[in-house]
Amino acid sequence: MQLNKTLAIAALALGATAPSFAADPVKIGLVLPMSGPFAAYGKQIEHGVKLYLATHGDTFGGRKVELIVKDDSPGTSGDVSKRLAQELVVKDKVDILAGFGLTPSALAVAPVSAEAKIPMVVMNAATSIITTKSPYLVRTSHTLPQDTAPIATWAAKNNIKKVYTLVSDFGPGHDAETQFKKTFTAAGGEIVGEVRVPVKNPDFAPYLQKIKDTKPEAVFLFMPPGAETIAFMKGFADRGLAAAGIRIIATGDLTDEDVLDATGDPALGVYTSFHYSEVHKSPENKTYTDAYAKAYPKDRPNFMSVAGYDGMQLIAEVLKKTGGSTDAEKFIAAAKGMSWVSPRGKITIDPETRDIVQTVYIRKVEKVGGKLQNVEFDQIPDVKDPGKQ
Amino acid sequence: MTAHSATAQARSAHGVDLRPFQRDSRWQPAEFAFWLLPVVAWFAFPENLPFLTQIAITGLFALSLDLILGYAGIVSLGHAAFFGLGAYAAGILARNGMGDPLLGLAAAALLAAAAGFVTSFLVLRGADLTRLMVTLGVSLMLYEAANKLTAFTGGVDGLQDIEIKPLLGLFTFDIYGHTGYIYCVVVLFALFWIARHLVHSPFGLELRGIRLNAMRMPALGAPVNRRLVAVYTIGAAYAGVAGALLTQTTAFVSIDVLSFPRSAELLLILVLGGTGSLYGALLGTIVFMVAHHLLADINPQYWQFWLGLLLVLVVLFAREGIMGGLRRLATAFRARKSAETSQ
Amino acid sequence: MTVLFDGVASGMLLFLISVGLSVTLGLMNFVNLAHGAFAMLGGYVCVLLLSRLSVPFLVTLPIVVVVCAGVGVVLERTLYRRLYGASHLDQVLFSIGLVFMSVSTAFYFFGAQQQPLQLPDYLRGQLPIPGVDIGVYRLFLIVLGLAIAAGLQWMLTRTRFGAELRAAVDNRRAARGLGINVDRVFSLAFALGSALAGLGGALGVETLGLDPEFAVKYIVYFLIVVAVGGSGNILGSLYASLIIGVTDVVGKYYLPQVGAFFIYAVMVVTLVFRPQGLFGRGAAK
Repeated sequence: MQLNKTLAIAALALGATAPSFAADPVKIGLVLPMSGPFAAYGKQIEHGVKLYLATHGDTFGGRKVELIVKDDSPGTSGDVSKRLAQELVVKDKVDILAGFGLTPSALAVAPVSAEAKIPMVVMNAATSIITTKSPYLVRTSHTLPQDTAPIATWAAKNNIKKVYTLVSDFGPGHDAETQFKKTFTAAGGEIVGEVRVPVKNPDFAPYLQKIKDTKPEAVFLFMPPGAETIAFMKGFADRGLAAAGIRIIATGDLTDEDVLDATGDPALGVYTSFHYSEVHKSPENKTYTDAYAKAYPKDRPNFMSVAGYDGMQLIAEVLKKTGGSTDAEKFIAAAKGMSWVSPRGKITIDPETRDIVQTVYIRKVEKVGGKLQNVEFDQIPDVKDPGKQ
Repeated sequence: MTAHSATAQARSAHGVDLRPFQRDSRWQPAEFAFWLLPVVAWFAFPENLPFLTQIAITGLFALSLDLILGYAGIVSLGHAAFFGLGAYAAGILARNGMGDPLLGLAAAALLAAAAGFVTSFLVLRGADLTRLMVTLGVSLMLYEAANKLTAFTGGVDGLQDIEIKPLLGLFTFDIYGHTGYIYCVVVLFALFWIARHLVHSPFGLELRGIRLNAMRMPALGAPVNRRLVAVYTIGAAYAGVAGALLTQTTAFVSIDVLSFPRSAELLLILVLGGTGSLYGALLGTIVFMVAHHLLADINPQYWQFWLGLLLVLVVLFAREGIMGGLRRLATAFRARKSAETSQ
Repeated sequence: MTVLFDGVASGMLLFLISVGLSVTLGLMNFVNLAHGAFAMLGGYVCVLLLSRLSVPFLVTLPIVVVVCAGVGVVLERTLYRRLYGASHLDQVLFSIGLVFMSVSTAFYFFGAQQQPLQLPDYLRGQLPIPGVDIGVYRLFLIVLGLAIAAGLQWMLTRTRFGAELRAAVDNRRAARGLGINVDRVFSLAFALGSALAGLGGALGVETLGLDPEFAVKYIVYFLIVVAVGGSGNILGSLYASLIIGVTDVVGKYYLPQVGAFFIYAVMVVTLVFRPQGLFGRGAAK
């Protein structure tokens, strides 16, 4: 009968109305890919989360924070993520769901957040529509269109008229391609060629050769950071495309601090637009990177770790405002419009979309103190997600 | 053991003793005990229902592979193709307003069966490696197709906005997984019952004959190719149903349903449990998934190591999987018992 | 022309990584899906030597061969040997268990990130031949691949060891009866297969990258080569790799929308018409 539904609603209502303040710990369920092909994402996000707790204490709004980490490897199976989220909510009785390394993970869990009325903080997944899937969802990472549009505008303004686009053939790649084409052609540029490469692509030779033969002024690239980006960059240099004067423009995924060292010198001179760089000049970033280097000397801080860090800051600030209550409506009401200075710069939670509004920087890869870094030289403040406009 | 009177009639027209086959097809007490497990689990682990539902779904999927691999000897590394087709069928229907669960199951079974029928001709010939690679190739091509047809399938981001209507118009699928669990276990049992019937029928015996020695079977009047096509189609249909169940209980379809790791993991589960017994598929699923779950909870980063170690140990010490191990234990037990009684 | 050259180089790398599996699968009838783990081992040893001990790249290669061969022998003697008589499925289960363990181990020691590899300057860049872009490293791969193929073929057909191996594979009992130390022959063959895998892995880091998932990511590719080429046939693997490499690269150049389809379609079509692979022996099980 409708007994199941009634029972469920009754249980949730009891849970929701019971005062969850005072000595009760606030349980945060982290759904992250901790193993498998995207383990690097989970690791960085977890680093950021734990770093915040280590540097700011683990008491939010008078309540102790309890983290429960679940591995949703491979990270692309929404059904696994959803099941883990259900367990976190039903069995572990978490107050907040957070993490989500990839889009399918966030999209599958959003209905859980909506149905159970649990606040959800997305700390990496970057597809625009995610925030529309639950009224209790907030994002502290970025969206792909948000980081793509600025480089397109910058390129058009800086004498780059003919661009060849190369993206990975999957959702985010298509989004990046669409956004770039839209912004670039609107600014007067010309797309002289486009290609979508398979996500798992062992050999870039044919694509690089095609680009060399087409002779554009620049190549716009989007690929998820990893073996492919490194292989492409090395091939680009090796095959003489760089020497032929073709420039690379991309989103900062290409020059992510995690893969920058493995890419090596071929990354020098690449222009990207992105929301975080390890060498962003600000006191907040200095504190952050110093703490990170001490806690995790073998890794470099990157945008994913910052998103985890900022996600925790968001939760901390919200709980301060609500006096420790994690009631979804109160949580979201407090989160909307919240603004502070994160290690990446000023960020705001858009009250209309609950998505992140932040400064996007134009950077160039240079050697700083012997290490490859994304040096910022221009910026566009308060960029909202163009994917929703 | 004097059941002569009842079974004395168990001789075919040609005077062949049919009793061993009849014995086989009767339900053993151990089987009844096994099927009490889902009921016990409902009461023992009420907060783990989503996980238990997954076990039921994967169990059905493993069952479908056992039919083609354990009974007919077709080694497949691409069975996820049918699982994925079923999942997408149910998902796409639900997205377009036709979210009735049973309708989704039927559509998934039909679509997967059709695909199984069409591709069955590819696996009729060839050695193990050939079939492995052909089935793998087909599933990989399907994966690429699903990736390209993003408008249809949601691509890597997954198919969302799936609205599953209440089962039989009464039971909604909720976050606790109550409806989902009972639904999946009932479907699993029903399909298992049919499969069990099938493998003990002459058709099932022909399959086993084909697996053991395909060249001899035509001499016995068994049309090898037709039987293979039939079992492959049925196996595909079962896999499709499992896929649809996944979609309906999670209201989401990831492109992973068609991926190679899903097929590979299924093969692992089946081999772990033991092929050719139907229960091996179910036991393998339970052991593998529970081990994975527990290990991942203890150590979210390195659980894979321990799981790998478990697999290696099982192979080294229990050939033919868990069912093989159990059978050896049972034989040893019976041998000891008869040694005792004969003293 | 360049595209053709690139295709050949691509095929050559594929050959180098896969030929070891052809040896173990075809010659020893053992489904060793942990082949990728040996390749990964080779990659990590190479990177370690290169970046931590500053060993020149070309010197790391023979060291990789020795290390992987050694590990192969140890594992063969302790574990693999027990499973020679086991069913193929049990072998699959076993080798995948090993793969899981190796992925986790690599993750533990090296982390999830990509390993940096800097080729020496003389292997980078392109040769200044007008009209064709010849990458130096790719040329190196082609030459090395051909040398190894020739070497292996010579070893199998012209040396005593090769004859002993072929005899042991065809009929183990008869071979023993002739006084051939089958155990030792198999150990050596396995060592050879592992060494080749390790070498292929090390050579592949430049284009394929290196992370703990390496062991799993490329299983499909070497299975394709072995299936299409016919297992146990060195030259078959070579031709299959070349065909696959060229089709893939040329296909992606002229019809990029079709992308990865080509490899899979080629494989399925080949196997449907010639189930034993292009050059395989009869209906081997």
